[in-house]
Amino acid sequence: MPKLIKGVGCPYCGSSCDDIEVLVSDDETKILEVHNACIIGTNLFHHANDATRPKLPRMRQPDGSMKEIPYDEAIDWMAKTMLKAKKPLIYGFGSTNCEGMSAVGRIAEKSGAVLDNCATICHGPSFLAIFDNGYPSCTLGEAKNRADVVVFWGCNPMHAHPRHTSRYSIFPRGYFTQKGQMQRTVLCIDPRETDTAKLADHHLMLDQGHDYELFDAFRTVLRGFEIPETVAGIPREKIKESVEIMKKAKFCMIFFGMGCTHTDGRNHNIDHAISLTRDLNNHTKCSIMAMRGHYNIAGPGQVWSWQFGFPYCIDLSKGSHAHMNPGETSSVDLAMRDEVDCFVNVGTDAGAHFPIQAVQHLKKHPFITIDPNFCMASEIADLHIPVRIAGVDEPGVVYRMDNVPIQFRAVIKGLPGVPSDEELFDRVYERMCELTNTQPIWLAAKEHRKYPHNPVVS
Amino acid sequence: MSKIHLNMITQRSIEEGAAMEKGKTNPDYFEACSICEMHPDDMKKAGIWKNTNVRVTSECGTVIVKAIEPTQYVPPGLAHIRQGVWANQVVPPRTQSTGTPQYSGFPVTIEPAPNEKLKSALELVQGAVGLWKGGKL
Repeated sequence: MPKLIKGVGCPYCGSSCDDIEVLVSDDETKILEVHNACIIGTNLFHHANDATRPKLPRMRQPDGSMKEIPYDEAIDWMAKTMLKAKKPLIYGFGSTNCEGMSAVGRIAEKSGAVLDNCATICHGPSFLAIFDNGYPSCTLGEAKNRADVVVFWGCNPMHAHPRHTSRYSIFPRGYFTQKGQMQRTVLCIDPRETDTAKLADHHLMLDQGHDYELFDAFRTVLRGFEIPETVAGIPREKIKESVEIMKKAKFCMIFFGMGCTHTDGRNHNIDHAISLTRDLNNHTKCSIMAMRGHYNIAGPGQVWSWQFGFPYCIDLSKGSHAHMNPGETSSVDLAMRDEVDCFVNVGTDAGAHFPIQAVQHLKKHPFITIDPNFCMASEIADLHIPVRIAGVDEPGVVYRMDNVPIQFRAVIKGLPGVPSDEELFDRVYERMCELTNTQPIWLAAKEHRKYPHNPVVS
Repeated sequence: MSKIHLNMITQRSIEEGAAMEKGKTNPDYFEACSICEMHPDDMKKAGIWKNTNVRVTSECGTVIVKAIEPTQYVPPGLAHIRQGVWANQVVPPRTQSTGTPQYSGFPVTIEPAPNEKLKSALELVQGAVGLWKGGKL
């Protein structure tokens, strides 16, 4: 009898929808149906059924082919390679749970690695602006219940976060927003007429790359000063009208995305957006939120800030303290300067999503990919170690885009013999300790850990 | 043959996301990402027929993609390749000291290349690191 599992979390985008229902086979090995999820989430769950999913690590052979090897051999090779490297780079964590992110910290410290996550090529500039200017944010629940003016600046949730608008931002009926969409005014600032822009009441089609000027114009108008006739391709009257809408809102919510962080200005765009939020709070209530891309990409920011004091670009190679300086210790910059001599790609696909020149630099040195599926990074790796899929066959804690932690559950049984990220990293750490004749240090909080079964707790 | 200089952005699309979750060697991913959206006027200026292949060249690389009319309106002067393997062949790795490459807003030259073949994701990535041995995918 197939079993319907309710309240399942979706391990795809930053919306981290937790209302998914999954129908699984009676032996809990196959996903039969997925309800409530968007097309991407549905595909993700169904992909877990793929019979060709790798079950054993694969090592690249001298002739370029890949050969399956046992886990112990892969763990030994990874431990030795990372210890041998002067400055390994561990990058990824867009799609894994916080348990895995926490466990990798021990390996990073042991091998003197640089620890970085997908934020480095995504919302990294937002972090820089937040360090400089603070983050007057709220939860998505507050946005749903209170926001009557919603601004999407350089983001396209209809494509990148398909259920964001229906769960949190445009359509849902909230406590103070009983009429749903009818009660909300939506502004979209984007150089293209995206599907989100089509939903908006006002679309400001700015000249691409001129976000800074437009933010500046918004703030100038808000402070009662005059602006030029046209700013960033937007007529003065349209800017004034938009500012008026935001000013008269009961609660204004600004969501911003890659349109601001990937283009000229980077962190300075976000800096201005945060200042605009602060300025608006002189008139009404206003909050701002980064549209984080992956379901748990806020996780490494949380976990590593707690462990090392920094959310990303963490250089542990000094051995004494963590050091963070994006531009210097960020993955793409390190790669382009050939400063790292081993690359570990975890739960992401640097092969597909880094600029190809950065991939070419990284490939000069040992390249390890840890990923449940075949991807570009696995197909150019020297070693590919498959793991379970967090949120599908491995439970765990994830942080939604508003930094709210959610416990995700596993819906099917994991492939036999395939470890989770956490188990894999713990085994690599233990092997590193064996190789260096040191005692592994496990925190007391890890007493209930799955591996090893009887840890020495110190 | 004429060419056109445009401002390139590479961003997400739901087609790319849905295909990616089926696997990056899936034909859907190839269909979704090996395209360049540009305004019909720009196509006309460069002598590009819609749904034919074009060569996109940036300061750091070149890639063959299929030119299509925008699925989401793109104004003249702007071009869009969906985030993914094809886009990243031309994305400049310069980061303005923030760690984030210039995924959006970099100059490209686009010219007709109707007789050039599109490469698969695997061919592009493995080819770039000297591992491509030929094959179907």
